[in-house]
Amino acid sequence: MTKYDTFREVEGSKGFWTVFALFAAMVAVGLGAAWYMEHQGHWVTGMNNQIVWGTPHVFAVFLIVAASGALNVASIASVFGRVPYKPLARLSGLLAIALLVGGLAVLVLDLGRPDRLIVAMTYYNFKSIFAWNIFLYTGFMAIVGFYLWTMLDFRMRGYNKAAGMFAFIWRLVLTTGTGSIFGFLVARELYDSALMAPMFITMSFSFGLAIFLLVLLGLYHGTGRPVGDKILVRMKNLLGIFVAAVLYFVVVFHLTNLYAAEHWGAERFALLDGDIYTRLFWWVVVGLGSIVPLVLLFHPALGRRRSSIVVASILVIIGGLAQMYVVIIGGQAYPLNIFPGMEVSSSFYDGVVADYAPSLPEVLLGLGGVGIALAAVMLGVRVLRFLPDSLEDAQVDPHHSRTETGEAEAQPAG
Amino acid sequence: MARFSALTGRTAALAAVLALLSAPVLAGAPKPEIPRGKGDQCVEPTEVMRRHHMNFILHQRDETMHRGIRTKKHSLAECINCHVPKAEDPARQVHADSPKHFCSSCHTYTAVTIDCFGCHSDVPQETGVAKEDLVVPVHGSAPALDLEQEAARMVQAGGKAE
Amino acid sequence: MSENRTTDEGRRQFLGGTLALGGIAVAPGVFLVNVAGAKPADQPVTDKVRWGLLVDTTRCADGCDACVRACQEENGWGGPDSNEVKSSDEQKAQWIRKVHLRNKQTGSTHSLPLMCQHCEHPPCADVCPTGASFRRADGIVLVDKHTCIGCRYCMMACPYKARSFIHEELHGQKVNAPRGKGTVESCTFCVHRVDNDREPACVEACAAEGRRALIFGDMKDPDSEISQRLKRLGVRQLRADLGLNPGVHYEGV
Repeated sequence: MTKYDTFREVEGSKGFWTVFALFAAMVAVGLGAAWYMEHQGHWVTGMNNQIVWGTPHVFAVFLIVAASGALNVASIASVFGRVPYKPLARLSGLLAIALLVGGLAVLVLDLGRPDRLIVAMTYYNFKSIFAWNIFLYTGFMAIVGFYLWTMLDFRMRGYNKAAGMFAFIWRLVLTTGTGSIFGFLVARELYDSALMAPMFITMSFSFGLAIFLLVLLGLYHGTGRPVGDKILVRMKNLLGIFVAAVLYFVVVFHLTNLYAAEHWGAERFALLDGDIYTRLFWWVVVGLGSIVPLVLLFHPALGRRRSSIVVASILVIIGGLAQMYVVIIGGQAYPLNIFPGMEVSSSFYDGVVADYAPSLPEVLLGLGGVGIALAAVMLGVRVLRFLPDSLEDAQVDPHHSRTETGEAEAQPAG
Repeated sequence: MARFSALTGRTAALAAVLALLSAPVLAGAPKPEIPRGKGDQCVEPTEVMRRHHMNFILHQRDETMHRGIRTKKHSLAECINCHVPKAEDPARQVHADSPKHFCSSCHTYTAVTIDCFGCHSDVPQETGVAKEDLVVPVHGSAPALDLEQEAARMVQAGGKAE
Repeated sequence: MSENRTTDEGRRQFLGGTLALGGIAVAPGVFLVNVAGAKPADQPVTDKVRWGLLVDTTRCADGCDACVRACQEENGWGGPDSNEVKSSDEQKAQWIRKVHLRNKQTGSTHSLPLMCQHCEHPPCADVCPTGASFRRADGIVLVDKHTCIGCRYCMMACPYKARSFIHEELHGQKVNAPRGKGTVESCTFCVHRVDNDREPACVEACAAEGRRALIFGDMKDPDSEISQRLKRLGVRQLRADLGLNPGVHYEGV
């Protein structure tokens, strides 16, 4: 390795600040929605005593899961030593922290008593995965912060590998913890599964990388910095593998459930007559969010185009949000089976599929979290040296030669 | 010299602004009108209560919630029973959102937000269980004593029973 | 001043003690229920007692909701003049509800009240991040609303959907049942009554109706009515397979 990467702050151009203002506006609106929800009480939302976690949680869990996955790129560089990924490690760390902060903000602002956050940070029940998550999430920010320090400060580079390994293991534990929020709920048929944790880990790889790709391409296109195809091809193949892995877990989850007679009711609901949840599952989670991206990413001709990567990433994100919706809200909508073999009815909506429709304050709060994440990334790359000057092929992999990769690599941006 | 006069000019302006802002404080914000409670004495001396009422309440809440201890001395409901008069006409009842309420009178003055009455009743109510402290009735059997009479006698004799 | 206070206190204690003794002497037919078991106000609850409820569904009538109305009146929720005015029907709290069952194979119908089951291993207490949802030593599962942050994880975890979240600002709460916006609540076995050696409101109301479908008592006391009844055949817990060992038992379903 004789070429060193040059990292440079992004210039604060008019276009840059316009986009930043857009994200800041999203944040402001989100905060307004949170204030409204807290001041009035949750009656203004679509959440109720049957569907207790709604659209804010869909966004929050999505962002938190993606946050841990966004760190993947840095882990591949530091832990697995893949040289072409090394210039991307800093942005990866920044994005990871930003997404986590965005997700946590939404989660905290949706609490019934957000003014009691200090109580949550001083009274702990360590049997609760939520209590552990408080440490896992804040610890993640501290560890990735330290990890970034080893990358940004030349004097700290000796600690880079250790910090990278620590961060890698920490995020696996963190995502396991996030998946276990649901996996530990024995009462709910569509959650009670040990598969939840590994499924969430693969989802984090998939969503995190998709977001990373879009943020990377957005920043480089917006600042006019060059991105070579080589690094993009690597990442798009990786994304394809992750999408396939998520699909695998989803298939195994449902096939396993289908085998057990006790789960037929729940599976019928999820796959057949669950109305919006079934439609979202087949059309968006499986179709738009998994199969179409796989085709786009691995097709011999389509896979070479940059537009395919962009579209595939967007679809993966949409599929991911739909998956969170189906898991979180669909899982609550299916009634609890308190009296097996009986038809049940009551004034408290026993025995019926619960009603839920996202309300505007919830959606705005969720989007506010997205705004926080993206605004934080923009601020970060403006103020500190997160972004490499160039990601051209020759820069990314000095051992790269044109003949090695063939004509296809030289395709212009499509 | 010009610099000096500019300095005094700015200082004068600053002093004027500060004086304007501090006028209400210097004039003194209206002192709270604290309604008088029942009886001649609170369960603790006034100075002790002023300084430590929050500690008594905090301690009692954990004792009651987690250990089922329902002593009357530091019970929030008993504070309300003495310190918040019950209005004849429910429409004229003073609630915690009014600075005339016993707790709110001081808390509005000191600008310290209290959380209690988001959940707790801010007006006296019959607990329906207090009198049973005197005699323990059996489950679903013969009727108990005339507890009204006994309670009235207790109060007459010298204050609430512990 | 303090001298008077000591005298007053002494007088009170003397009178209190005399009255208690007098109660035994003066009122025939009223006897103290296990003097050793009745808990004084200043003593903590212990695990020597475990409160339980038996629901005899054979005595529970389809159209009757006396237990529900009694709970509403006692604890200040629901009913026609509910203080939850802005919440939708799906958002309004319900501490206890009548559930109507129909056996899919035989077509036979049942009706029973369903409330917090006061489990020995409550999942709600396991998942609560702050420990606000907890199980008291005597078996009653409660929410400490001072510590509740309103995350609703306990509601996700409860297999019986026993818990409710308050979706709006409330006024006019009962003194015995504080309830507030942004916190979670559920049946408390009328803990304020139990601590004063009375039965939950639902149990009293069912007895007043003449049905006596609800039996409440100490399951650790071998002589209590509930302990005797629990030995009968056909008494079971709901979702017993989950291993939570609820304190509420159902007979005839």
